[in-house]
Amino acid sequence: MAELLRMATAGSVDDGKSTLIGRLLYDTKTILSDQLAAVELTSRERGEDQPNLALLTDGLRAEREQGITIDVAYRYFATPKRKFIIADTPGHVQYTRNMVTGASTADLALILIDARKGVLEQSRRHAFIASLLGVGHLVVCVNKMDLVDYSAERFEEIREEFAAFAMKLDVSDLTFVPVSALHGDNVVHRSAEMPWYEGTSLLHHLEEVYVASDRNLIDARFPVQYVIRDQGSDFRGYAGTVAGGIFKPGDEVVALPSGFTSTVRAIWGPGGEPITEAFPPQAVTVQLTDDLDVARGDLLCRPGNRPQASQSVDAMVCWLTERSRLTPGAKYAIRHTTRSAKASVVELDYRLDVNTLHRDEAAESLALNEIGRIRLHTQSPLQFDPYRRNRLTGSFVLVDEATNDTVAAGMLLGPHLATAKVVWQHGTLGREERATQGLTVWLTGLSASGKSSVAAELERLLVAEGRPAYLLDGDNLRHGLNGDLGFSAADRAENVRRVGEVARLFADAGMVAIASLISPYRADREQVRAAHQAAGLPFVEVYVDTPLEVCEARDPKGMYAKARSGEITGFTGVDDPYEPPVHAELVLRGDEGDPKALAARIRALLGPH
Amino acid sequence: MDRELMTTTDTYVPQIGDTRTNGNGTLTTQASIRQADLALDALESEGIHIFREVAGEFDRPVILFSGGKDSTLLLHLAIKAFWPAPVPFALLHVDTGHNFDEVIEFRDRVVEEHGLRLIVAKVQDWIDDGRLTERPDGIRNPLQTVPLLDTITEHKFDAVFGGGRRDEERARAKERIFSLRNAFGQWEPRRQRPELWNLYNGRHKPGEHVRVFPLSNWTEADVWNYIAREKIELPSIYYAHERDVYHRDGMWLTEGPWGGPREDEEVLHKTVRYRTVGDGSCTGAVESTASTVEEVIAEVMASRLTERGATRADDRLSEAAMEDRKREGYF
Ligand SMILES: Nc1nc2c(ncn2[C@@H]2O[C@H](COP(=O)(O)OP(=O)(O)O)[C@@H](O)[C@H]2O)c(=O)[nH]1
Repeated sequence: MAELLRMATAGSVDDGKSTLIGRLLYDTKTILSDQLAAVELTSRERGEDQPNLALLTDGLRAEREQGITIDVAYRYFATPKRKFIIADTPGHVQYTRNMVTGASTADLALILIDARKGVLEQSRRHAFIASLLGVGHLVVCVNKMDLVDYSAERFEEIREEFAAFAMKLDVSDLTFVPVSALHGDNVVHRSAEMPWYEGTSLLHHLEEVYVASDRNLIDARFPVQYVIRDQGSDFRGYAGTVAGGIFKPGDEVVALPSGFTSTVRAIWGPGGEPITEAFPPQAVTVQLTDDLDVARGDLLCRPGNRPQASQSVDAMVCWLTERSRLTPGAKYAIRHTTRSAKASVVELDYRLDVNTLHRDEAAESLALNEIGRIRLHTQSPLQFDPYRRNRLTGSFVLVDEATNDTVAAGMLLGPHLATAKVVWQHGTLGREERATQGLTVWLTGLSASGKSSVAAELERLLVAEGRPAYLLDGDNLRHGLNGDLGFSAADRAENVRRVGEVARLFADAGMVAIASLISPYRADREQVRAAHQAAGLPFVEVYVDTPLEVCEARDPKGMYAKARSGEITGFTGVDDPYEPPVHAELVLRGDEGDPKALAARIRALLGPH
Repeated sequence: MDRELMTTTDTYVPQIGDTRTNGNGTLTTQASIRQADLALDALESEGIHIFREVAGEFDRPVILFSGGKDSTLLLHLAIKAFWPAPVPFALLHVDTGHNFDEVIEFRDRVVEEHGLRLIVAKVQDWIDDGRLTERPDGIRNPLQTVPLLDTITEHKFDAVFGGGRRDEERARAKERIFSLRNAFGQWEPRRQRPELWNLYNGRHKPGEHVRVFPLSNWTEADVWNYIAREKIELPSIYYAHERDVYHRDGMWLTEGPWGGPREDEEVLHKTVRYRTVGDGSCTGAVESTASTVEEVIAEVMASRLTERGATRADDRLSEAAMEDRKREGYF
């Protein structure tokens, strides 16, 4: 449904990026005759025999000539199917900052590779930045195919090398197109020169790529931007842009940070058009049934699905200025959603080499174009979601209060967990006397997130050590213990309660109970945790945080496809919410290793016996 | 007009999971308007978000309003952004004195209908008291800078909305949505702040102000499609009408307070319309029979000339003209 596609382009100097963009504009008839005439004139003056399409957009050269900062330039073109906004960033070595800026709003990143040169360090850097900024779709254009005789082998070679690298990144959709920007092959029209290429032209792909599901339609988030009051009509409404999920009249909402609840009375679109469903990125005005004290900077969400709230957060940042460096101890103003606060950098965990992905833990500061992981302390708690889950509630900028410059772009990872250690409860008589001490490991996450494979590895690992462990797999238990339950909210709650009880009994008996089930609702899991606490049994919640797109791409049982087509309803992640844990003892990400390695990380948390 | 500014008609309301496809590529104008709707919704939301950010962050914003189509669209968005409350900003027109009557009449009517406050800074006043001198060519567009900056200082405006779009020409392609001007009203390319996500940094020191461009990501086609969709009224000279014109510098100019044809310039009676309105001495009409917004869209789609290239003499002075004037503090 996204008729507007925002994309960022990247390529090393002379890979042909300007030519490619010029070609897209030219072949989609976006170029107007006076612009073309200017380009023809300049080309002739330079002694070139055909119009140099690169001149239409060549930011780098134009700006060098004008002596101006090289930066992000925006270009526009449209086809009957879509309107495109290109954030064009010059490909020079050190312009990480510009690509970060361009990628921050992009749905898709287009990376150029010169077929003769192959995958360069810079190509890897571009891919990494796109993935860091949460751009889910990558299109790699292997350009100048005319100079390698339109060779299928060369294209394959580049494709394989790039794909191998991209595996390490968080990219859900990777497409390769062999093109010649100069001659137009496979840019707008399919090329006759490359019959071996079975894909579509670049433009066709850009028109068809499905980006609507990239938006988070699960976690309802509404940062209040402005309070609209009309004296005449006594109207009071909260204006803002929906940052996640869906809001409907009648929804129960909670205002954060105050925590007061109310109900949505009405939602108004621009100019007072009544809205039945508001979703990102709509600008709307929300009226509540109660008179709450809600102001700019507050956040409305559903009571059962709140964002993280913390004053101490971990984040990736890119430093944007040459005038200063980021150093621990420095203080800034942070702008996050519609809120501003003071923030100080507590720690620089490491600086990341964007070319090799090496983490330099000895780094003491970040300079222009450098990326690192930091811990921030904010004067008031941030109400946020991890960036990977929601770009709008997970992003922030830091502003230098002395110069007012925007100095850093940040992506929130999560609340800083003070090395979450499992609290062992001692002294319950009887249990001490058993051969082993039990506990429960509870893995929660979306369907196909990889929970069960990790759980199975963990069970194997513990049993190999001689420690009694037993896997309670949600799907398997639905065949027996929970065979009478369906997927309504009530049945899901009962499912979790039963598995929680069984786990508690197993743990009490001295086993490590490993429960692996989606368990989508936070409140249900909290009850299981409370039951364990009451019994003095350790409870280790492990959040297997695999992005929806990845789960959906795996879809081993074809469930997502069915849910998308409407064949099944109430499927977590598609049309039923997943509420991520707020206090998980451990968060695992699919890109941090294979199931064995992830299981070992859980094992490390559990201590000896 | 009032009602039409407030409500949208025939708006396509997108549904979750809706995947509309469109036929075979050959589109009628009507179809292309509908196709553009989701993109227009996104642009509208972005523009409204920007208006509300400014309302939340600044003390004294003002909207530049000339009665031209971009500033009329801008005002339309502002009205929609704060519905049902009135727009919490004043309007400012930097008046060259080289006006088309139809535009001034339209400007005043819109201001009155919406109960807005309009400040007019007249270039003539600055010329009269010697703060400005008339240029030899009589063109007054470039003279707007000083009255604009003086008025911003006098009223302590801290945010100034303009209708500038990045697609207008190359110098604007890298313009920020929030564009900082120093205490002299100047644009300093090296001090422009990176803009990420939808987080805008409007912090400024006393005396500095921020130009805000809510239409940055709109193209001329988007503007016209939106005007059609929202049924926004424009001054009549945007549509085909009969007029006495003469040919100069590749443009059709008309007689007015700024002067008229020279002896060697023949006056012809033609059916024309204007694509931009501004200083009449250097704003040319184009020959056109497009008398409705749909016909204008059809013409714009088929047109092979950019808006400024076609009709503004002063933009054609040099390719770097815009960049230079931006540094001076021009729009
Ligand atoms: N043979 C060939 N040359 C190309 C192609 N694309 C770009 N070029 C040339 O490569 C040079 C650099 O292109 P340009 O677009 O300016 O690169 P940019 O620095 O990435 O913007 C120019 O001389 C282009 O004409 C292509 O597909 N084939």
